Amino acid sequence: MVEHGDIRVVHRGGSKINSREPVVTNDSRFLLCASGERVKVFSTSTEECVHDLRGHTDLVTGVLLRPTNHLQVYSCSVDGTVRLWDFTDGILIKVQLDYCSVCVTCSWLMFDIVCMCVCAELFQLVAVHLPQSGDQLVEAQELSAVLSNVSSNPAATGFGRGVRAPPLRSPNAPPGAITYPKTDSPHLLTTQRKGGKNTLMCIACHPKDDCIATGHEDGKIRLWRNFNHKKEYTYTTLHWHHNAVSSLRFTPEGTNLLSGGLESVLVQWRYNQESERDFLPRLGSAITHIAVSPDGTLFCTSHSDNKITIIQSCVKVSAVIQGLVNGESVRTDLMVDPRSKSLVLNGKPGHLQFYSLQRDKLLYNLDIVQQEYIHELGLQQFEVVKVAFDAPGNWMATVEERKPKAAEPEINLKLWAFDEQTQSFVLNTTVSAPHEAQITSMCFSQAADGQTSMLVSASEDGHFKAWQLPRSAYEGPSWSCDFVGDYRGLAPQCCCFSADGSLLAVSFQEVVTVWSPASWELLTTLSQPPKAIRDLCFGRLGCSKYLMGTTASNLLCCWNLLTCSLEWSTSMDVSLLLSDPLTENMAAFCCQAESTDLFVFKPSEPRPVASLKAVCSGKVTRAVFAPREEMLESCEESSQWLNRSQLYFLTQHMLFIDDSVAMTPFYLLLGKHRKQENQDSLTRLSAELMPLPRGSLAIKELLQSPAHVLPSTSVLCSMFVESLLVSVADGSEESKHAEEEMESEKEEEDSEGEMESRTPRPEPASPGLQSAESAAPALTKAQLKELRRVKKLDHGWLADLLLS
Amino acid sequence: MASFKPTKIQVYPKLGEKVTQDTLYWKNYKAPVQIKEFGAITSIDFSPVAPHNFAVTAFTRIHIYGPFSQEPVKTLTRFKDTAYCGRFRSDGQLLVAGCEDSVVRLFDVSGKAALRMFRGHTKAVHVTDFTSDRYQILTGSDDYTCRLWDIPNATELNSYREHTDYVRCGVTSKLNRDLFITGSYDHTLKLFDARADKSVMTMDHGQPVESLLLYPSEGLLVSAGGRHVKVWDLLKGGQPLVSMKNHHKTVTCLCLSSNGQRLLSASLDRHVKVYNTTNYKVVHNFDYAASILSLALAPNDESIVAGMTNSILSIKHRKSPEESAEVSGQQRRTPSYRVFVKGKNYAPKQDDYLVSKPVKQHLAKYDKQLRTFNVSNSLDTALATWTRLRKPEITVAVIKELDRRGTLKNALAGRDEQWLARLLNFLIGNLVDPRFAAVLAPAAEMILDVYRRVVGQSPLVDRQLLRLQELLEREIDYQQDLLEVLGMLDTLFASSLPRLEVPHPGTSRANGLAQGEAGTSRPQLQAT
Repeated sequence: MVEHGDIRVVHRGGSKINSREPVVTNDSRFLLCASGERVKVFSTSTEECVHDLRGHTDLVTGVLLRPTNHLQVYSCSVDGTVRLWDFTDGILIKVQLDYCSVCVTCSWLMFDIVCMCVCAELFQLVAVHLPQSGDQLVEAQELSAVLSNVSSNPAATGFGRGVRAPPLRSPNAPPGAITYPKTDSPHLLTTQRKGGKNTLMCIACHPKDDCIATGHEDGKIRLWRNFNHKKEYTYTTLHWHHNAVSSLRFTPEGTNLLSGGLESVLVQWRYNQESERDFLPRLGSAITHIAVSPDGTLFCTSHSDNKITIIQSCVKVSAVIQGLVNGESVRTDLMVDPRSKSLVLNGKPGHLQFYSLQRDKLLYNLDIVQQEYIHELGLQQFEVVKVAFDAPGNWMATVEERKPKAAEPEINLKLWAFDEQTQSFVLNTTVSAPHEAQITSMCFSQAADGQTSMLVSASEDGHFKAWQLPRSAYEGPSWSCDFVGDYRGLAPQCCCFSADGSLLAVSFQEVVTVWSPASWELLTTLSQPPKAIRDLCFGRLGCSKYLMGTTASNLLCCWNLLTCSLEWSTSMDVSLLLSDPLTENMAAFCCQAESTDLFVFKPSEPRPVASLKAVCSGKVTRAVFAPREEMLESCEESSQWLNRSQLYFLTQHMLFIDDSVAMTPFYLLLGKHRKQENQDSLTRLSAELMPLPRGSLAIKELLQSPAHVLPSTSVLCSMFVESLLVSVADGSEESKHAEEEMESEKEEEDSEGEMESRTPRPEPASPGLQSAESAAPALTKAQLKELRRVKKLDHGWLADLLLS
Repeated sequence: MASFKPTKIQVYPKLGEKVTQDTLYWKNYKAPVQIKEFGAITSIDFSPVAPHNFAVTAFTRIHIYGPFSQEPVKTLTRFKDTAYCGRFRSDGQLLVAGCEDSVVRLFDVSGKAALRMFRGHTKAVHVTDFTSDRYQILTGSDDYTCRLWDIPNATELNSYREHTDYVRCGVTSKLNRDLFITGSYDHTLKLFDARADKSVMTMDHGQPVESLLLYPSEGLLVSAGGRHVKVWDLLKGGQPLVSMKNHHKTVTCLCLSSNGQRLLSASLDRHVKVYNTTNYKVVHNFDYAASILSLALAPNDESIVAGMTNSILSIKHRKSPEESAEVSGQQRRTPSYRVFVKGKNYAPKQDDYLVSKPVKQHLAKYDKQLRTFNVSNSLDTALATWTRLRKPEITVAVIKELDRRGTLKNALAGRDEQWLARLLNFLIGNLVDPRFAAVLAPAAEMILDVYRRVVGQSPLVDRQLLRLQELLEREIDYQQDLLEVLGMLDTLFASSLPRLEVPHPGTSRANGLAQGEAGTSRPQLQAT
């Protein structure tokens, strides 16, 4: 009710759960892991997320059980705070402020009273003594630097038993040396051998013996003993891994050593009988971290594909917690499966993942390539590069590609039929080498009746091909090529079907050709020199007579297909153009320096329906409209376009951060959703209030704490009403702010009008623009008055309700 | 936990014939019984009454065979010269046959001596038939005449001298006792009415007519002559309906399947073609060892009997239902694996407690070796003689998989002469196959790279390398020619299509068409 039609960009999940090693609780019932700005609590038996510990404002970099109370957990974050949580109920107990809140880019937790922080420039190991006090907010004062020049890789720091003897890798010394501060002075163990590729990767300390295990880049594990005597240490080497050992861990009793690496095999070595070892192969992808429960019954392995596997004593995988897989790149566009309404994108190598947007949960992975994945560096693998769904969701088309060195690229086009029984896609047809060169674009015909589906694929070899599903009497239906088209030997870039499937537009560099799929006649050509077309999009519903296109020379063009002429065009650098399948609206992402603007417009008129400046920093690479589960009923003009669907987009954070800082997510899945107004239920209301900048702590506490820890309701009531009064003040501020924004938007539109007037544009569009501009502010002022009245009314009603 | 994914064997579309309802029907015959006769078999006729014996006319004899016997149940030998055209009467009691000595003989099927002899023709009689009232006989002769004879008193009723060449085929109407049609080497078909003295309809076939067939409804007439089979509509005054030219030698015999849905034509080119009688497309094809002169189908298509120039009579009987079921059961040749499947399809009941057991994956031998990264051994397995010769797609798939893993070079290297010869042999056999070329060409290059140093040390390998080179040169020439043809076709299509207003839509279409014909750049589809 405060924020009317305030469109915000929110982070919707899909964060990494494998950035730090997970923590298993003492009773082995829960598993805690850092996930973006939150700490997630999973049940080890059901794989469900039980709690979501929210509070940090930046990436969480470490999670640690409190040794003195096994029901509490510490977490530290890049925002410079350490928080103490009760994970069984999911409440925040204490916040401790770190000193170096500015320069912390990477930190991890090791002990109850020591927090290790590594600063960006120095990579220093710092001990922070967390003061014991009963306050909510505590500032840590006592700090002591233990070591400088440590490795930024958290796995390369370990703690020994009892004494604080953390062996560390020091970059100052030759790579591959261990420093360990015994009492005060650090000692150096040199592990470097001549010509060996044995950089230290990870370290583990034996819980009972004086023994350190180190994992190296050449796949060897060394066990160091007798290191307390200078220069008299001995070591033994274990070798099974053929690639770098990425994680090492002793079991709590110290009887076994676990190691894992790129081979995705968990190896269990017997301590002192190192020739005996057990293997758990085929864990899916490379192991990044290993964790062991305090009682030693459960092992957890984090994997590079954002997955945590829970293993029962190295024999059986009992559960798999899978997050959104952030592949190296999302080469398939973001897609929405029309049946499950889930987001479809690249997942594990050779797989597609179906990700539920509503529940922030991976539904399933579909194996597209269906080949054994060989973990080897430098090996060219098949990658899924294109996906397309037909309108009812009965067919899916995928393109996979592999580019061997000095050979022709291997391309396979696969068509999948939806199987009602298994509720999954089943391979129907494989076309090997559908084109001679890379496929640039692929789309299904949008025919509403769904009788004859047609797929069109355009390729760099200069042809586009239409694929159809002929009904064969004797065998099951399979797809075959129906038509091959080209235009002056140019390479087609994008293809697009009109809403009713009666027209196909294919762009060949700067020329758009329009074909009739029924007779395969070239109907007309549209061209807008001088640069190549980048994106093509047909209008939907009422605007289906328009064809939108963007060119490389920063031009957004709209053609009218009835007159075959340019309706309007405007100069803007559109990086991404997409249309909402449910409404007439189209969204254009416009990349300015450092940030991206979003414009929403209807093809029938050049005036944007809504425009958002600087929705995010960096370039938006992929975006998709996902339909809402239930339609919103909002009458406000600027937010109406989000009534039926939500816009999701993917950005690429071009931050110059060292790659070894594993914490930085290269991709952030951002969801855009409108704060909705509702007045019917108290809980919903406060849930809406919560993310306000001055969001009252009292309400947050009231609603997040379980009932049995709260004081009685009568005490809380006055506090609650007070908090509501605060929000009224907020509201007035907000409305002022809104007015300001309105003005600024007007200015923007003016400037845009100037921009447009420079470009050639048909005459009738401009008067409409003028009138609309003049009408808009008056309308919103009236609305604001109305709005204020509504607010006053509401509060009276609410106060009545609360007092009664 | 991800399990091992076995090597994907590509399924290639089968070239050649498709499995249709027709092929299933016409293939459902047993292996033929072959009987040696004394000369070329000119005519076969089935008795219209059970047990459907058939008369085979060959040289100077007519043998009558029972439906299942391989020995003749009866032999008629009272011919002075070559016999022609032994035909049963519709009650199966009498049989008539012409002869080279111009005498027509009528036999009782149970007796041996001729009942009647019809003398009057001056040259060999190749055509004999009974009219539908059973009392008259039609004959056609090399003296250009055809005559009607009365059986009871053995007299000539009428003589028609309208043909100007040998009369070699003729058929009587089964519905009207007065109508009959004759075909002659003067290229004409003539429809006669016994009540009139002249022919009532004449059709020109264009070639010497060898065989005639009336449909059961007698509205349509089929004639065969030269390489053509033609269908005529008698009710429209002999209008030609369809002309088919599917044989490459003279068509000698026609017959109709028992339900009237399929037409069969036999020819001197050793083939029998089966046509669909609604669209006259060839739906099946039989091969025989020699030129076929005569063909007959038993009622209900129980057997197909063909007589050939090399005096072999081939009888194919239809398989009984249990036999055909048996054969399909025999095709599943590996019962050992089925033992393991036993009980797997048992559906658990409601109260059953399920004890789960890890299911063991059944893997082929090369997959087991690939799983343990034994790349050389898996290549050996895939190159085993049976696989290499019978299932080259498996060998190719394993080579492809090794290439994908980047270990093909390792697998190929360090082999002895014999092994290399075997591999080169496989390459020579399959390299130019368009299905395998994309995979085998890089492999061949790799072999040359690996063994470049030892070329010239083994005469066996050198010979094969030369053969491979020859093969590749020839293939490159073919491709060159094909590209030239493609270019020619493109110009032809571009010039023949009307020029439209929009620029160059025609060329694009031509490209699409021409590519389809050339078949080299066509994508290969496979159903999985």
